[in-house]
Amino acid sequence: MAAVIDLAGLSVRFGERDILEDLRVSVSGRTIGLLGPNGAGKSTLIQTLLGFVPASSGTASIFGHDIRREQGAIRTLVGYMPENDAFIANLSAVTFVRMMAELSGLPAEAALERAHEVLFYVGLGEARYRMLGTYSLGMKQLAKLAQAIVHGPKLLILDEPTNGLDPPARQRMIRLISEMREEMHVVVCSHLLRDVEETCEEVLILKQGRIVHYSNLEEERRANKRFVELETFGDDRGFAEELAALGCECAKAGVSRLKMVLPVGFEVREIYRVAAERDLQLRRLNYRRDTLEDIFLKAMEA
Amino acid sequence: MAVYKRTYKSYSGPLTPLWSRWMIVMRFSYQRLVGIKTNLFLLASLISPVGFAIYIYLAHNASVLRSFGGGAANILTVDAQVFLNYCVFQNGLAYLLVAFTGPALVSPDVVNNAMPLYLGRPLSRTEYVIGKMGVLVYLLSIITWIPGLILFALQASLAGGEWTRANLWIAGAMFLAPMISIVMLSLIALAVSAWVKWRAAAGAVILGIFFLGAGFGAAINAILRTHYGSLISLSQVINTIWAGLFRRTNETGLEPLDAWNALAVACVACLWLLFKKVRAFEVVK
Repeated sequence: MAAVIDLAGLSVRFGERDILEDLRVSVSGRTIGLLGPNGAGKSTLIQTLLGFVPASSGTASIFGHDIRREQGAIRTLVGYMPENDAFIANLSAVTFVRMMAELSGLPAEAALERAHEVLFYVGLGEARYRMLGTYSLGMKQLAKLAQAIVHGPKLLILDEPTNGLDPPARQRMIRLISEMREEMHVVVCSHLLRDVEETCEEVLILKQGRIVHYSNLEEERRANKRFVELETFGDDRGFAEELAALGCECAKAGVSRLKMVLPVGFEVREIYRVAAERDLQLRRLNYRRDTLEDIFLKAMEA
Repeated sequence: MAVYKRTYKSYSGPLTPLWSRWMIVMRFSYQRLVGIKTNLFLLASLISPVGFAIYIYLAHNASVLRSFGGGAANILTVDAQVFLNYCVFQNGLAYLLVAFTGPALVSPDVVNNAMPLYLGRPLSRTEYVIGKMGVLVYLLSIITWIPGLILFALQASLAGGEWTRANLWIAGAMFLAPMISIVMLSLIALAVSAWVKWRAAAGAVILGIFFLGAGFGAAINAILRTHYGSLISLSQVINTIWAGLFRRTNETGLEPLDAWNALAVACVACLWLLFKKVRAFEVVK
């Protein structure tokens, strides 16, 4: 699959401080989560990709367009929803979104039509003639989303999209992001692991300006299905050995507790069969799936 | 299908050329800025050009003048000084218009953090500034050099070809002099608008730049017995440049080259201040 974002030794320096250091990765997923603790460089990375911040060394490309030389082309292809409040107070939502569409290159008529469309799509249809200054925080977030998608970008960059949203509004935002990934690539920059876990298929974790983890969440989840935790009741002597003979890697994890890595093609019902033959009760059998939190914490310890 | 029934789809239609994007900034800024008050002000500002037009007409119609009294026909003459007076008067109005409208141009975008939205699109900082400046250039042109050139055309049509050929340079001065002032006023207004968030305060600062500059300049001149204090008085600087353009005696004591340099420094300083604020992100040091 062609790379959506390609970082080639990208570094950013503010004065004497290295904000991003030698980032190298090629990202091609449909939805990419950009994670990291505060100050990790997530927003700086986005701003560098958009050309707001100059790279001190290395470069990057979006859909093959170099960020140093082809900013105009990149900004036409990208929709950006900034983290903080960003609007024009004395404009109605429809005028605001229309203006943003025109600035992205849409002719005036198409811009107006699409402004109405996207405002209905994000759920602001009834409030589209209201001044943005009178909007609630959640509505402003949706208006920011509307301006980011009005020109039909190929890549949508969302910086903390659920900031300040109440649970129903957050759910709505998550649903919209999930729907939009059918039409475009989405980068979700967030420190909320749950948001990223619910919306993204790939995750890129930054720590102190460096990439500490990049993986496909789906593949990680699939791989983790081979890890099993067992809790037994009864005499379990020889149980682990018999499972090991069937190809499992077993390790004791305490009294009556086992951790196993199942071989490829191994059916879980074999575990039940062996336990039944030994008259051993299985109190608990869990696939020990790495959550995004586990992945994140491991990356932070690295 | 009704708009509200449509779902999201990507856009695949034609795009407008990149070079035209600054005009979108200008159009929407103009719509936000210009209301009934501004239109009334513009209308009132056109009273004086009408007055000057009457003056020119009377100067060329001795029979009408004689009906007012015998000697008036000899008093009214139309020369470069008349056009310079017109420019000075209209420039005063332009100054008021800038103080009234200029503060609302950039500050709402800075205050509401709209810069990343503008600059996240195929629009450069320079194009943004040109778009914003275009609003002021357009408004001020309506009340300065456009009616000025119409007045010149009126004079030319009444005075005949010989006068026109001999005084064609006045037309150039009638365009250049207000444009120099417009560019300077616009840059000052945009720079102040970018830095001063409160609209009333920004208007006061724009007025203050001229009045305080003139006051300090006069004080420096008096105390140090020099005329270089006038360099910080932008109105004196403009007067010096205009005197040169209209081939009149320079009464400010400033050398034209010094005035041009002072003007350039003021414009560069405004641009520097402006570009410090017109950026998509704030550098926290």
